[in-house]
Amino acid sequence: MSDITFTIDGREVSATPGMTVLEAARAAGITIPTLCHHEKLEPYGGCRLCIVELEARGSTRLVVSCVYPVEKNLVVKTRSEKVDRIRKMILQLLLAHAPDAFDLQDLARQYGADRDRFEKEPSFCVHCGLCVRYCNEVKKKNAIGFVDRGIRKEISFIPQIAAKECWSCKECFPLCPTEALQAAYVLAKALAFPGDGAKG
Amino acid sequence: MGSGGMIVMDEDTCMPDVARYFLDFLTDESCGKCVPCREGMRQMLKLLTNITQGKGKEGDIELLEELAETAQEAALCALGKSSPNPFLSTLKYFRDEYEAHVKEKRCPALSCKELIAYYIDPAKCNACTTCGKKCPTGAIIGGKNLIHMIDQEKCTKCGTCFEVCPPKFRAVTKISGVPVPPPLPEEARTIVRESKQK
Repeated sequence: MSDITFTIDGREVSATPGMTVLEAARAAGITIPTLCHHEKLEPYGGCRLCIVELEARGSTRLVVSCVYPVEKNLVVKTRSEKVDRIRKMILQLLLAHAPDAFDLQDLARQYGADRDRFEKEPSFCVHCGLCVRYCNEVKKKNAIGFVDRGIRKEISFIPQIAAKECWSCKECFPLCPTEALQAAYVLAKALAFPGDGAKG
Repeated sequence: MGSGGMIVMDEDTCMPDVARYFLDFLTDESCGKCVPCREGMRQMLKLLTNITQGKGKEGDIELLEELAETAQEAALCALGKSSPNPFLSTLKYFRDEYEAHVKEKRCPALSCKELIAYYIDPAKCNACTTCGKKCPTGAIIGGKNLIHMIDQEKCTKCGTCFEVCPPKFRAVTKISGVPVPPPLPEEARTIVRESKQK
């Protein structure tokens, strides 16, 4: 299998088949912002921050680079007016939940996002799923998972598994893009009040 | 709205409220994986609820449009991508209704409870006491041969008086965007029946 060549922001980039646009960009030293991506984990496509503009077969469209496989002759633009506008809105939506997260604040400065655009509902979790997926894919323990769906979705440790596994691991804590203590808090709550049901 | 079904509505249906209703449904259906859908719809629903409750602010419609674009372009699945459609299509054809809610605090369809008041037209009221007997909160002032009025403080806007007022009188009306007219002076409230005069 030969390498695929395509362009990102006017630069010629080569990648092996099966790579995603984000991976190819990172390999070439081009930055695309992400919150839910991690090299050890399967692409998730949840935060949508890594959205890029794509020109292929004569038309332009927006795709999420972390789940889009590279193709020959793609023309990728990592910044455009529309891309920036969408990233700004996503950041503003997330800042309503985690107004003091450093990663979000850095990106907010870059994209001119206003942390007070939406009414604050600090829950800290931005549902990037890093802790949940790391525990499942890398550690294969499934000690933490998502409960409920839509706007009621939350992360929750399963007390029965967490009581045995978590104290010696805690590898998910530093993954959290908003606040390492968030996972610690949810874990402590799940262990202290195991009878609180799935909501932990 | 998505399934190819057809919904028939008349001028009594408030368009921003229809959009709010569908958003409420879609918010419940969202899986919560991607940000534009989970967070975008949370904010859209909040804004639309405020608009239908008369708490809409200048700029809310534009913010809704921005959120709609983000969801259409960046959401992960078809549910998220199509979630702003109820808002966008009602806005496209009934922008004036949205503006009436936000700027004039008026519901043109006379449907949003927070934006309407029930009012008895004294010229039409025949003091039949039907509405007074049915009102669940005792908000009807008046009695036999006394023109009825609604105590706006007590009124819960349930619409019972509007429904039970006999069709030959049609004295109960809904008003929106204008203040409730002042009550009649005490002495003008008595109805003198012609048949009784003879």
